[in-house]
Amino acid sequence: MEALLTGAFLTAFLAGAVAAGVPLLLAGLGEQMSEKAGVLNIGIEGMMLMGAYLGFLVAFASGNVALGFMAGLAGGMAVALLMAILCVGLGLNQIVIGIGLTLGVEGLTALLHHFQFSTTYPRLAAAWRVPIPGLVELPVIGPALFDRHPLVYLAFLLVPLLAWLYRRTALGLTLRAAGEKPAALDVAGIDVATVRFLAVLFTGAMAGLGGAFMANVAAGIFIPFMTGGAGFIGIVLAMLARGRPAWVLIGAVVFGGALSLTTALQVAGLNVPTDLIQMLPFAAVMAVLVLYGRKARLPAALGLAYVRGAR
Amino acid sequence: MSLSLETSPSEIGEATPGRHRALGHLALVTLGPILAALVLSGLVLLALGVDPLAYYGYVAQRGLFSWLGLQQTLTRMAPLLCLAAALIVAFRAGIWNLGIDGQFLLGAMTAAALAPFLITALPAWMTLLVAAAGAALVGALWSLLPALLRAYQQVNEIITTLMMTFLGVSFANLLVKLVFLDPGTTVPQTRTLPVADRLPTLFGTTISGGLVLGLVAVVVVHLVMTRTAFGLKLRTVGENPLAARHAGLDVPLLTVAVFAISAALAGLAGGIEILGVHGNLRADWNPAYGLAVIPLVFLARFNGFAAILFVFFYSALMIGGESAARRIGVPHYFTLVLVANLLILLALAEYLDHRRRQRAG
Amino acid sequence: MLAPSAPLAMTQAATAPVVELRGVTKRFPGVLAVDRVDLALLPGEVHALLGENGAGKSTLVAMLAGLVEPDSGTVLVAGEERRIGSPRAALQQGISTVFQHVMLVPTLTVLENLVLGMSWWRRPDRAELEQRLAGIRSAFGIALDLDQTTGELSLGEQQQIEIVRALLRRSRVLILDEATSMLTPEGADELGALMRRLVKSGLAVVFITHKLDEACRFGDRITVLRLGRKVGELAPEGLAAMDQAAAVEEVVGLMFGDRSIAEARAPRLRKAEGPPVLSVRGLTVTGATRLARADDVSFELRPGEILGIAGIDGNGQKQLAEALAGQRTAAAGAVVLDGRDITRASVAERRRLGLRYLTDDRIGEGAVGGFPVATNTVLKEIGASPSGLAAPSLGGIERPGRIAAHARELIDRYDVRTPAETTPIGRLSGGNIQKVLLARELSGEARVVVFNKPTYGLDVPNITASRNRIAAIADAGIAVLLISTDLEELLDVADRIAVMAAGRLTGIVANDEGARARIGALMIGEAA
Repeated sequence: MEALLTGAFLTAFLAGAVAAGVPLLLAGLGEQMSEKAGVLNIGIEGMMLMGAYLGFLVAFASGNVALGFMAGLAGGMAVALLMAILCVGLGLNQIVIGIGLTLGVEGLTALLHHFQFSTTYPRLAAAWRVPIPGLVELPVIGPALFDRHPLVYLAFLLVPLLAWLYRRTALGLTLRAAGEKPAALDVAGIDVATVRFLAVLFTGAMAGLGGAFMANVAAGIFIPFMTGGAGFIGIVLAMLARGRPAWVLIGAVVFGGALSLTTALQVAGLNVPTDLIQMLPFAAVMAVLVLYGRKARLPAALGLAYVRGAR
Repeated sequence: MSLSLETSPSEIGEATPGRHRALGHLALVTLGPILAALVLSGLVLLALGVDPLAYYGYVAQRGLFSWLGLQQTLTRMAPLLCLAAALIVAFRAGIWNLGIDGQFLLGAMTAAALAPFLITALPAWMTLLVAAAGAALVGALWSLLPALLRAYQQVNEIITTLMMTFLGVSFANLLVKLVFLDPGTTVPQTRTLPVADRLPTLFGTTISGGLVLGLVAVVVVHLVMTRTAFGLKLRTVGENPLAARHAGLDVPLLTVAVFAISAALAGLAGGIEILGVHGNLRADWNPAYGLAVIPLVFLARFNGFAAILFVFFYSALMIGGESAARRIGVPHYFTLVLVANLLILLALAEYLDHRRRQRAG
Repeated sequence: MLAPSAPLAMTQAATAPVVELRGVTKRFPGVLAVDRVDLALLPGEVHALLGENGAGKSTLVAMLAGLVEPDSGTVLVAGEERRIGSPRAALQQGISTVFQHVMLVPTLTVLENLVLGMSWWRRPDRAELEQRLAGIRSAFGIALDLDQTTGELSLGEQQQIEIVRALLRRSRVLILDEATSMLTPEGADELGALMRRLVKSGLAVVFITHKLDEACRFGDRITVLRLGRKVGELAPEGLAAMDQAAAVEEVVGLMFGDRSIAEARAPRLRKAEGPPVLSVRGLTVTGATRLARADDVSFELRPGEILGIAGIDGNGQKQLAEALAGQRTAAAGAVVLDGRDITRASVAERRRLGLRYLTDDRIGEGAVGGFPVATNTVLKEIGASPSGLAAPSLGGIERPGRIAAHARELIDRYDVRTPAETTPIGRLSGGNIQKVLLARELSGEARVVVFNKPTYGLDVPNITASRNRIAAIADAGIAVLLISTDLEELLDVADRIAVMAAGRLTGIVANDEGARARIGALMIGEAA
């Protein structure tokens, strides 16, 4: 058990937590905006997977990971666009469409991957790292936190940025009104559909980016179905964060930590069944819901299409 | 009449208009999306360089028109029918039980753990009965947490049931690998129930007797939901929980009951699959039937008899698709694409239909 | 009976209309909601738009507010033809609307609601806002606490926020849709005075109401709508020449044509006697806000008696009704029916003992819109016992034939206008749904019936019919608790009237000569 306290273990654990936590953070922040605006974006899992697939494909074909991220972002947004047109534009049931899109992307990416790579899983070169001068020298946390891909820093910077936008500008009000009482926003002169449309697109962009990070940086390969519920964890993070980006960050770190425990424990020489470790984040979600479920206050109009004039 | 679709599943299926033109109309909003989904998915095949007509032809030939394939199709229907019954109960009562895959797998695990052990002490029929009951019970138990959270804490069941599915899949694997491992094999799997002791096949064919159980489950569920006071209670809760409370129904208790029945049927589906077909549970086996049954149940508008028909065609598609994966080289992921198209196009068809009727007044 | 005449026709100016509707028509499936209506809104004038439910007032408001567009006809703003295709366009044209149902986000603060609608990247500037609010306070006498959560304020206070918001936007036209429906009589007078100050500042105010006397008291000009048509307009010159009674008479003629309004009802037999059938002692129910709860409510109800509960909506009436029906658990106190303590009894048990509750939310709570009329008539029977076996019209197995026969009998007896008993109840009009619910509550042995706003949203014939029915129920010896926000209704049928404010009964008075004044005093004293 002494191995648990070594620097190598802690570094591996933290590094793993960040790698696993960043996609959750991005997905959670993205979903948070949709939920604020009143759209329960169940399709986020599909958006992440599309981001992972396209992100990997472009990065692999072009040899340029940055280009891959752009493609991942675009892929997530493309799925989100479909979701927005169907659910916000036409007012179709958000859950049915969300499930449909997730299933469709799962099937499509697996199919495409099969036709492109058959059963081989080519690997990308190790991801680009930008050490932050000074901080990277810190023991243990230096190599784990401050020698990462720039997207990691970007994801963390998004937290205060979004918090500032929500608190200090009218954006937060606009989104909350769209989720709580869309009719009030409408008569205040702001088009509810536009707000929700843009919020869903933002979710898609973040989810796509998170998926691309999973494939291009965290794993270095694309495997069909590789997001494995990360999008759904993002939904839960957004639900429990009660509108605050900082809480999404805390949740993402906790769940990322749970996910990275496997590798870290293997580094430490302990062999815990992977199935048990895989259960941890979901068990944690359920535990949190049991303890705080009543407090996970959701916008009043979440999941409901808005039709002007209908009461 | 408001245009907005509430987040209650029960509202999607019940959009049928007056009875006069009902049949032709129903055919249109049912066959329309099916055909459109086949065409759209065919375009995907075309883009991948596969001849869609040849593919569909092969699938139909293997899944429907060959005796061997047809028997496999009918066998595959058994668990799918139980899952459809599970969803009909939940959806009619306004509950999104999206955790049926987890409940299914844990039911399967229970049956696989119990049956090979019980058969050494009990007669075969009793073994099957106890194992199936155990599967249903464990399935129901797996839904208890989401049920209580939804009933008494108003926690959205979509998320909790999905979480419980992820948990359940891993948990079943864990149990297979650590607790119920068959020491006699190198692949991690449970002990095996001998073929002779499994659910009897029908009339000298290879069709599993589970088919009968599945058919009975769907028909009984359909009749209970549409013909009994209990079913009316559940439908009232599903359509308008406020009205249910106003009418003096114990909404939380009924909610838990719906979860329990639905999840028990899903667990039973897993049990039937093990007791009728596989005899054991291999680690990492997860057919994920559940999400694919959702569009079928919507397509059937929660009608049990229609669900039987759609499950039949979907089973044929699965069996044919699995065969095509080997022969034509199109992986069975293709059925996911088809199902997704079906789900989305169905919602779209309902929307267009609704719009048309609105305009007509 | 009417308040002293407001100074009419003081602010006349020969100015051009700010907004003008010419021959606008709007058709909804099956209804011609607005039929070739002309309307001119002049600055410095309170324009009262009068009509009963279904007259087309709401549709006209929706047109001006940009929620619906007319199928034909033109809209002119400052003399030029304009399209008002969205609420945003309406606001840009200077048209602000205070809707009948509050259009504020309850979870936001007052400040946040005031700035809602500004560009998303801008920062709300509190200092500037406070400065402008100070100006509004000195000019119009409205003061707001910016940091309160909107949902915790009374509806009257929320209405003031909406008026302030319109002033902040420098509107030229302010539309007030049924603005007095959530106010005390005193509050309505204050609103009248505020409207006077607003039009003096040059605003055009549209005051929509279904109440005759309010239109005559507050309006400089009155337009009367009936069944989507404009049936008359009283110009300020004409109105000024009449006294109030003459104006009312004139308007009544326009509104109802040759239909007489309230056919005089035979006087109540008033045979309320004997020991109380229902006693409520110290009933306390917790609620979500400081107003919406029941706090130490006590009263007694005798057979054949109608006890009215007056008060502004949202002051605990619904909580009280639900606690009596068993839908809400009481935190303290006791409910005794026929000498039997039913404080802990279930909804079904109370129903069996003869306590019935007619909810105010007919479609949201009272009925399942997608179910046939027939099923809705037995909806309360399915909860009667856990298995449903004891229910009269249902076995464990549904008996469609018996349910249909039962439903047809009720449809006949209560004159429900429905194509068939198999029609989904959601397709019926409000008045007919109300009849179905009433039939359901009165079937079997009813002892006490709790009515919550039974005539809300109905048209005049249905209102009259409902009141007659309530009186008839009481005459038959059933005790009635009549909760209503319409004081006229209570004065019309109740034997005694209690006033409820902030969850408490502030007093119970007998319905005799001086009742109106005493109730008014009770409402002002305690209403929040």
